Amino acid sequence: MNRLLPFIAFMLLVALFGFGIWWNTQHDQNAIPSPLLNKPAPAFNLPKLYEPTQMVSKADLLGKPYLLNVFASWCIECGVEHPVLEAAGPSLGVRLVGYNYKDAPADAKRWLGEHGNPYDLLVADEPGHTAIDFGVYGAPESFLIDAKGVIRYKHIGPITPEVLAKELKPAIAAMLKETP
Amino acid sequence: MTPELGQLALILALLLALAQGVLPLIGAWRGNRALMAVARPAAAGQAVFVAMAFAILVWAFLHFDFSVQYVADNSNLELPWYYRIAAVWGAHEGSLLLWILILNVWTVALAAFSQKLPEVFASRVLAVMGLIAVGFLAFIIFTSNPFGRLLPMPGDGADLNPVLQDPGMTFHPPVLYTGYVGFSVAFAFAIAGLLGGELEQAWVRWARPWTNVAWAFLTLGIVAGSWWAYAELGWGGWWFWDPVENASFMPWLVGLGLIHAQAITEKRGSLRAWTILLSIFAFSLSLLGTFLVRSGVLTSVHAFASDPRRGVFILAFLTIVVGGSLLLYALRAPKVAGGKAFKLVSRETVLLIGNLMFAVAAAMVLLGTLFPLIGDALNLGRISVGPPYFGFLFPLLMLPVVLLMPFGPFLRWGKGEPAVLKSLLLRVSIAAAACAIVAAFFVDGQPKAIVGVAAATWIAIGVLLYVYKRWREVPRGRRYPAEMAGMLLAHMGLAVFVVGVLLSESLSVTSDVRMAPGQTQHIGSYDFRFDGAHRTTGPNWRADQGTVTVTRDRKPVTVMHPQKRTYLRGQVQTESAVDAGIFRDLYVALGEPMDAGNIEGAWSLRLYYKPFIRWIWGGGVLMMLGGFTCAADKRFRIKRAAAIADDVLVQEARA
Repeated sequence: MNRLLPFIAFMLLVALFGFGIWWNTQHDQNAIPSPLLNKPAPAFNLPKLYEPTQMVSKADLLGKPYLLNVFASWCIECGVEHPVLEAAGPSLGVRLVGYNYKDAPADAKRWLGEHGNPYDLLVADEPGHTAIDFGVYGAPESFLIDAKGVIRYKHIGPITPEVLAKELKPAIAAMLKETP
Repeated sequence: MTPELGQLALILALLLALAQGVLPLIGAWRGNRALMAVARPAAAGQAVFVAMAFAILVWAFLHFDFSVQYVADNSNLELPWYYRIAAVWGAHEGSLLLWILILNVWTVALAAFSQKLPEVFASRVLAVMGLIAVGFLAFIIFTSNPFGRLLPMPGDGADLNPVLQDPGMTFHPPVLYTGYVGFSVAFAFAIAGLLGGELEQAWVRWARPWTNVAWAFLTLGIVAGSWWAYAELGWGGWWFWDPVENASFMPWLVGLGLIHAQAITEKRGSLRAWTILLSIFAFSLSLLGTFLVRSGVLTSVHAFASDPRRGVFILAFLTIVVGGSLLLYALRAPKVAGGKAFKLVSRETVLLIGNLMFAVAAAMVLLGTLFPLIGDALNLGRISVGPPYFGFLFPLLMLPVVLLMPFGPFLRWGKGEPAVLKSLLLRVSIAAAACAIVAAFFVDGQPKAIVGVAAATWIAIGVLLYVYKRWREVPRGRRYPAEMAGMLLAHMGLAVFVVGVLLSESLSVTSDVRMAPGQTQHIGSYDFRFDGAHRTTGPNWRADQGTVTVTRDRKPVTVMHPQKRTYLRGQVQTESAVDAGIFRDLYVALGEPMDAGNIEGAWSLRLYYKPFIRWIWGGGVLMMLGGFTCAADKRFRIKRAAAIADDVLVQEARA
C-alpha cells in the first residue's frame, strides 16, 4: 500500500489537470460575450472624420449591411490589422465603416495617410462617449451590422487573415444569405 | 519540397524510435541478442533523421521560406541571421523539435558510453529512451508540425517575439532543455533497474555522472534565464516565481535531492527505493513542466500559445510515462531495506534531512504553481499565490539545509563522532557571529543583510575547514578527488548565492523619477544625470535612447544608454542599461516621455543601485561547475561488464 502512494498522488494530479483542460475549453479566457449580439446597434450621431461638419447617424446607414471597424492611430494592434482590411477591401461584400476612437483628428489623418485608407466612410468619436454604448472594450474591435441595423457578429482584437477567413467571411456570407 | 522532407524525416525517426523502444525490451525479456542489438543502430538512425529535420527548419529560417507557417509566424526579412536561428526554438513547434534533438544527443551519448555495461541492462536503458522519443515524436507529428505550409505564401513574415531577441534568450532554452532532458537518463536507468530487478547498487553508480551533468546544465539554464529576465524585463528582478520558472525549478530541486540520494545509495546501498523514486520524480517534473507550459492549463507571461488538443495529448503521455513508472515502482521496488545501517549522528542522516527538505520544497512550489487550478476545481474562483507565499516558505524550508551543510562532509558514513561536531560547531558559530557583527556596521543594521553575511560565512567556513582538514590529513594527490572537489565547489556556490540574494534584496535602492535633461538624482553614493533622449535605429527596430551619466564624488563612473525599442511589427520592448560590477550593479530603465510628442524633454526613469546582485548568478555558476566537476570523477568510468558483475557480487556480499 505504501508503495502505491506516489501512484495514487500522481493520479489525483492527473485528474486535476484533466479538469483544467476541460475547464479551459469551457471558459475562453479572451471571449467577452457581448450582450449586444443579435440586438439592434445603439443609435449614434457622429461627425465624419474628413468633413467634421457633416454628421452620420445610425438611420443614415440603414438599408445596406456594413462592418464597423473601431481603430485609432495610437493603437499598435490596429497597425497589424490594417493591411488585412486593405487587402480584403471590396471583396468583403459589405461597406467598411471606420470608427476612429478617442483620437486627435490630425493624428488619425496622418496615420491613414501613412497606412492607406480602406474605409468607405469614416466617422470620428474623439470623446469616446458613443463607444460606451457599443460596449467597446478596446481598439481594434469590429461589429458586423446588417441592413436592419442589428449587430450580427463582433470581434475583439485585430482581424488577422485567419479571423477573416474562418469567422468574418462566414458571418458575412450567412448574413447576406438571410437578408441580401 | 524541402519542408516536406523535414516532415518525412520526423516520421522515419518515429518509426526508428518505435524499433528502439520495443525490440530491445522484447530481446532483454526473451534473451534474444539480435533484438537487443537493434537498440544502438536504431538510436543512431533516429538521431540522424531528427538532426536532418532540425537542419531543414534552420535552413527554412535562413532562406526566408515564408511558405512554412512556422517561419512566417516567427521571422521576417529584417530579422538578423542569428535571431533567425534562435527563432527556430522561439515558439512551441520548433522548441519541441529542439527538445527532441537534445533527447537524441543524450541517447547517442548514452549509446556510446554504455558499451561496457551488461548487454541486457544497456538495451533496457536505451529502449526506455526510445519510448520517451516515441511520445515526443508522435506529439510533434500529430499536433505540432513545424513544417506546416502557409498558402498563399506571404511576402514577409510576422516577427520573433521581441522579448526573445536577446543574446541571453538564444542561449537559455537549449541549455535548459539539455538539463530537463538529461534527467531522462537517470529515469531510464531507474526503469531498467526496476525491470531487471538486479544490479541495484551498480546502476546507481553508472547513473550518477549523468544526473550530475543534467543537473549542472539545468542550473546553467536557470541562471541564464534569471540573468536574462533581469537584463531584459526592466523590473530589475531576477526571479518572479512565475509558473514557467517554477516548472524548471521543481526538477532542479528534486535533481539536487537525487544527486545526494544517489551518493548514499551508491556508497552505502541504503535508500534504494528513495533513489528510484527521485529518479522517476526528477524526469516526471521535467515532463510536467513541458505540460504546464504547453497545455494552456496555466496562464503565464511566457506560456506558449495553447491548443486543448496538445494539452490532452501531453496529459495522456504524462499519464502513461509517469503513471506507468510509478506503478512499476509500486510492484517492483526493492521490498527489503537494504544497505548498511546508520546511526542518528551520521552523514546519512544529514543528507536525508537535506533530501527531505528539497522534496518538500519541490512539493511546496508545485502546490503554489497549481493553486489557480485548484481554485477552479473547488469553485473558489481564480486564486493565485505569488512571491509572498514562496518568499516566506522557501527560505524557511532551506534553513535546515544551510544549518546542516557544514557538518555533512565532516560526519562519517554510518556513525559520526559527536566530538568532531562540537568543535566544528564552535568554530563556524564564532566565525559567523564575528562576520555578522562586522557586517552590521556596513549595512546600517539591516537584519536581512546581517543574516545573509552570517549564513554565507557559516557555509563558507565549513567548506574551508573541510578543505584544510583534507590538506592536513590526506597525502598529496589524493586530497581532492573530482567528486569531492565538485561537492566543495557547489557548496561554496551556495554561500556566494546567499550573499547575493540577501544583500541585494536588503540593500538595493530603487527610484522611479521624472527627470528633465540636465537633472541629477542621487542614489546610493552615485549621482545619475539625465542628458536627454534621442531617436536611434537598429536592424529591425527603432528606439528612443536615453543618455545617463553616472558620477561618484564628482568622478565619472560610466555613461549608460537605456532604450525603449519599437520593433517592426509594433511591439515595444524596454532595453535596460546595466553597468555591472562585482560589488554592485547600476541599472537604468527608460519609462515614458512626460510629453508624448516631445522625446527631447523630460522622461520617467527607473534607477537602481543593486549591491552584490552578480553574486546570485556567480553562486549558480559555481554550483554548475561543481556538478560538472563531480561527473568527471574517474571512479564513475565504467569498467568492463565482467568486472562490473564481479564488483557487484563482491559489494552485495559485503552488504
